[in-house]
Amino acid sequence: MSLRPLTTPWFHGPAGHEKIWLGCAILWCFVMSLMMPYWHFRGKQNSTGEAYTVRPVDFLARTEKFVASNRVGTFKNPIANALMQELPIAEPPAGGDAYLMGRMWQWYPALRLRQGETYRLHLSSLDLQHGFSLQPLNMNFQVLPGYDHVLTLTPTSKGEFTIVCNEFCGAGHHAMTGKIFVE
Amino acid sequence: MCGTTGLSVCLDAQRFIKLNAVCGIVFLLLGGVAALLLALTRWQTVHLLPVDWFYRLLTFHGINMLILWILFFEVAILTFTCTTPLNARLFSRKIAWASFGMMLTGAVMVDYIILAGQADVMMTSYLPLLAHPLFYLGIILVAVGTLIGVFNFFATLYVAKRDRAYEGSLPIVTFGALAAAIIAVVTLLHGAVVMIPTFTYAMGWTAQPDPAWYRLIWWGLGHQSQQVNVCAMVAVWYLLSHITVGARPINEAVCRTAFVLYVLFINLASAHHLLVDPGVGAAWKIWNTSYAMYLAVLASMVHGFTVPAGVELAMREKGYTRGIFGWVTALPWKNPAFSGTALSLVIFGFLGGITGVTLGTQQINIIAHNTLRIPGHFHVTVVGGTTLAFMALAYYVIPLIFQRDFICRGVARVQPWLFGFGIVLLAFGMSFAGTMGVPRRSWDIDAQGVYGPAAHLWLGVLGIGGILAFTGLLLFALLCVGTLFFGPKIEGRAMADWGTPPALAGSQPGSLANDHYATKGTIVLTLTFLACFAVYYFANWKALADVWPVR
Repeated sequence: MSLRPLTTPWFHGPAGHEKIWLGCAILWCFVMSLMMPYWHFRGKQNSTGEAYTVRPVDFLARTEKFVASNRVGTFKNPIANALMQELPIAEPPAGGDAYLMGRMWQWYPALRLRQGETYRLHLSSLDLQHGFSLQPLNMNFQVLPGYDHVLTLTPTSKGEFTIVCNEFCGAGHHAMTGKIFVE
Repeated sequence: MCGTTGLSVCLDAQRFIKLNAVCGIVFLLLGGVAALLLALTRWQTVHLLPVDWFYRLLTFHGINMLILWILFFEVAILTFTCTTPLNARLFSRKIAWASFGMMLTGAVMVDYIILAGQADVMMTSYLPLLAHPLFYLGIILVAVGTLIGVFNFFATLYVAKRDRAYEGSLPIVTFGALAAAIIAVVTLLHGAVVMIPTFTYAMGWTAQPDPAWYRLIWWGLGHQSQQVNVCAMVAVWYLLSHITVGARPINEAVCRTAFVLYVLFINLASAHHLLVDPGVGAAWKIWNTSYAMYLAVLASMVHGFTVPAGVELAMREKGYTRGIFGWVTALPWKNPAFSGTALSLVIFGFLGGITGVTLGTQQINIIAHNTLRIPGHFHVTVVGGTTLAFMALAYYVIPLIFQRDFICRGVARVQPWLFGFGIVLLAFGMSFAGTMGVPRRSWDIDAQGVYGPAAHLWLGVLGIGGILAFTGLLLFALLCVGTLFFGPKIEGRAMADWGTPPALAGSQPGSLANDHYATKGTIVLTLTFLACFAVYYFANWKALADVWPVR
């Protein structure tokens, strides 16, 4: 039957159990379809993909300017043999812009943020694609060269957070880290 | 004419089924060896490979498993479904040779250049990462070779229809293969669109394509090619449930509509990989990631009901009518083709389907993107689902095509269980490590200083699952190759029976054809599935609500 051509008429509407199942499945698909628009308007975690074209050299210049005018200290990495030994710490003004640059293999600079304030975090890459993965919260965003990816972010918990790279970017990929401190 | 089944077999088709299936199994074994080494590296306590070989073999594993094994075996399936069931001859031997030759040349080229260390770029080869031009050229050759093979399939169908080789409508198995072939064409065209400019860039002839554009089009190849697998796998479910227990689709119209839904909507899933990307907006992400309105998911849920319902109906008609689940215990669980099909359906649906739809929910992707949750999902769809179904098919295809019975039949009966269990363990390890933020495609998780003992434990589970699954895969390859050389010859007698449930006294085939409420067990099973789905789905929304607000 499954393997031979069908010679009898085969067009029937669903009936019985099959009809019940189809109804349940369609209803569930409908629920799932509504959840995403609902969360877009009522939920607090969304990826809107806000982005602007930027040349890597321009993004580097903006990041360096941001660090020069907002530097508040230096982070020394306690992990021995880490690729990133030392990073400047920059604190953006509340409600202001922060720049975070991915390059092989570090996130530059380290950031200090205030709990409950909202920041516009600009992410871009100078070389390959990188993955912004904020741990241990486990929030993940894609970072591409040539694109200034803007996250409007509100830290709601205090502590030390590590940015891990989760897009393959060469031999040092596993050791590409950065820091965000929330006070 | 086949002396064993009484089906007519086109000898040209038979040759290409053999060639493609054997090549597919060789690439499966190569990718499997790489898989074992990778699992033993991600098991942080063992940490086997050095960093360069980890990424090299990860690239090799992805290409061999997701592209080469699957495409070669799919061409074998297409060749079978367009000839034997329709009583038709293969359209052209020359075209089939051209297709096979191009695919094999491309495959060898890609594998060589990866192992030579010239293409450590992962399967996705995201720009601006750049591999040796031969890497792209090899993939282009494989893609074009497959396209030519698919053309031969379409031409065979057309000629069979024109010459009235068969009467009536296509059988469901061929119909499913046709849907897979249509999706394959769209997929491979995406491959050409993205790979040709990347190849010319690698040669230094043109400028670098935009990385975001590359991601969009590449996933038209990368994700959709897995949807070809889904389609082919479902066709195999229908085929094997028919061969092993005599099941038939309870409603041909609904099954066929479901296949059409795949063709129409499944290509939108490329968006699954761009859900936290810059440059694509929320409306685009939401519409595409849901396959319009989850219409392709609906199709899978239809098959997930129809296949077991067909089995239940066939069993009840054979007289296994006790209670709601009496028919389940009477199923031929020792028949590797049946157990492989059943495990494939359960693993694909309960684990792969539920995780896939949830991770592909636009906002939930924030807590999943590029973590080990993603490979945790696709190892239960592509491996626990498609590969296991294809393995199950081999337990009938090899005896029938090569006319030899399987060696070590006792081992064969255990193989699907071992492989399925290993993959499930591997996927659990990956998924739970991923929920703790462990990234995919990462050689080491100690350098970051953020992953604790629980993450290490789940990576250990991943490692043990990998060892078990590899053992299952190795057994499968040894059984197949051993059978080709040492299997007892069939030559006209019936192939040795793997075990099919006999009809009980007083039972009547077709007696339940008009009873639409006979599938009590299946409706209970599918409603349980839906309950699991809802729990997992909303638990993930809750987990998302606990992270920092972001937009």
